[in-house]
Amino acid sequence: MRHVLPVLLVGICAAFASIAQAVEIRATVFRIDYPQLAPISRYDLNPEDLGFAGAQLANEDNQTTGNFMGQTWTLDTVATTPEESDGAFDSLMAEGASIIIMMARAEDLIRLADRAGDGALLINALARDTALRDGECRANLLHVAPSDAMMADAIAQFAMWKKWPRWFLIHGSNPADTALAEEYRRAAKKFGARIVEQREYEDTGGSRRTDTGHVLVQRQIPVFTQDARDHDLVIAADASDVFAPYLPFNLWTPRPVMGSSGLRPVTFHAAHEAWGATQFQRRFEELTNRRVREEDYQAWLALRVIGEAVTRTGEAAPGALRDYALSDAFELAAFKGQKVTFRQWNGQMRQPILLYDDRITMSVSPQEGYLHQRSPLDSLGLDMPESACTAFD
Amino acid sequence: MKRLIATCLTFSCLATAAFANKVYVSNEKGNTVTVLDSDNWEVLTEFPAGNRPRGITISPDGKLLYVCASDDDTVRVFDAESYEELYTLPSGPDPELFVLHPSGNPLYVANEDDNLVTVIDTESHTVRAGIPVGVEPEGMAISPDAKFVINTSETTNMAHFIDTSDYKIKHNILVDQRPRYAQYSHDGKILYVSAEIGGTVSIIDIAEDGTPTLSDKISFEVPGVQPEWLQPVGVRTTSDGKWIFVALGPSNRVAVIDGQSHEVVKYIMTGQRVWQLAFTPDEKFLITTNGNSNDVTIIDVEAQKAIKSVQVGQQPWGVVVAPD
Repeated sequence: MRHVLPVLLVGICAAFASIAQAVEIRATVFRIDYPQLAPISRYDLNPEDLGFAGAQLANEDNQTTGNFMGQTWTLDTVATTPEESDGAFDSLMAEGASIIIMMARAEDLIRLADRAGDGALLINALARDTALRDGECRANLLHVAPSDAMMADAIAQFAMWKKWPRWFLIHGSNPADTALAEEYRRAAKKFGARIVEQREYEDTGGSRRTDTGHVLVQRQIPVFTQDARDHDLVIAADASDVFAPYLPFNLWTPRPVMGSSGLRPVTFHAAHEAWGATQFQRRFEELTNRRVREEDYQAWLALRVIGEAVTRTGEAAPGALRDYALSDAFELAAFKGQKVTFRQWNGQMRQPILLYDDRITMSVSPQEGYLHQRSPLDSLGLDMPESACTAFD
Repeated sequence: MKRLIATCLTFSCLATAAFANKVYVSNEKGNTVTVLDSDNWEVLTEFPAGNRPRGITISPDGKLLYVCASDDDTVRVFDAESYEELYTLPSGPDPELFVLHPSGNPLYVANEDDNLVTVIDTESHTVRAGIPVGVEPEGMAISPDAKFVINTSETTNMAHFIDTSDYKIKHNILVDQRPRYAQYSHDGKILYVSAEIGGTVSIIDIAEDGTPTLSDKISFEVPGVQPEWLQPVGVRTTSDGKWIFVALGPSNRVAVIDGQSHEVVKYIMTGQRVWQLAFTPDEKFLITTNGNSNDVTIIDVEAQKAIKSVQVGQQPWGVVVAPD
């Protein structure tokens, strides 16, 4: 059966190419691989095709639609190191690439977006730094990855829905951890929670893997968390993956943990089945023989944005696709129960955030009752008056 | 009020000497089919129907009940009277919706995992053809003259027009996000396609030679209801072409649309997460499945009012009424 399909598809393609203008679209996923410590959990080891696999699925989805529309889709993938990223990016641009899905950290992302200039459309499928949607935004850079602000707000709404307003915030000692802690402080203020206690868990280095590490951890964490003021829950801000997974069950006072462990805000996970997501999971697993990661979903989403824009406009030029994506006409189904669209003031995709306990979708934010003049989705992250972004004016 | 309704019902039954028809409701979570009596809306029975029963239809002679048992990757066929399972049909993985040829053969099934529409011979129980369509095929319809089968693909966002004589796609019409369901007007001149995430129903005019043209889109607006929750799913049209009924999912309402002007004239409150719809054969009543309140709502079509709700199994999904 599988062998017959391509032939049949070509037949359809030939029959219908005439009804729509032929369009050729080439997209690239550009990924910078950073040196990383081993994760605390083996489940978090990065597969080699991280992100690429999601884009590959989107490319196939786009091509299936493209067969009916006279579109030809090509996907390139580039994996590079931070040191070689400028050179790799320049050669990509020299080859004429103009639609690029970016998987890079904020500082590299900004630098490369400036290098790319107006002729290219970049879509951020990874970096969550809120600054990229604020003062550091770029006109040629859209974000399908949610910001840390959106993630923190998603957790805050759920905590407030549960009527758990007293938070014990535990954050790491690295800059990314303190930045994430700041997002939770801001979210607490926004939704009326109080941070009654804050502690820093110092990253003292050392190896992640030891044979009986749990013995030590089981003694350390209770001591570290004792004598905190009365609190309803613990918020973990551990972007560096140093301590958060150890918190649940080891706290001095038994409380739920949210944030970097316990109940985590995610864009997607491999057990998500609502709103037709099962079909996505099955397609992805058939293609890759592994389970989907957030990065894959985000790369898929980025390329589906392009697919939708090409299908509706019949254009392949980055400028036209960007304009359509930012227009009121744009909408996309993304297995989240409602359409996803872009914020016109900073290029951030509006999207529901899944709250995940590492097994199932526990809840989805925005929570019931958080209304907004435009869309309840705008109760998550930087609203128009809060964003200092002017590149989209 | 209760007594009044009972009287009305009795009266209408006498007046038309209508048959009592069995109403079959598939319960997605309960793994059962609930059977109601359209005469008094009482539950006759509930029987096991496989894992995750969703799409449900009945043969033109009323003898065979077809159920998409999604988690069993098969279509289960039941005796519509005895509720005994007779056999299964090879639908392919995760069947959700299907449409039966007016003659009772073949059955066209949307096969979401493989981007295929599967054509199943209901007599020989074999697959006649697999037709490649867009990503995540879902809604299925057949034109009144049976010349075209329509499939809607949820991620490609198209209605595909499949010629039933050669199983080739002859036309594609782009609609809004996540098209769920397709339904022809009874004269075959209009095809309605609901888009769950897009929040619209596309109106597609069908020319004499079958060529489709997207002419307009129906949108929905209810004060006090977030537009995100107005998600059109099931669609039914009256045979005189006067009215279109559209189930609006999590907004818990069915929209009533004028078949000529295509204006929404009314929203009828139903149970929660209203999903699929079916008329009784005389079109006096419309039955809605309400997945989150485990009931069906009975709507008086002429009065455009909900007259009763009946508890069924867990998470009712699809509904079909036995023919006279």
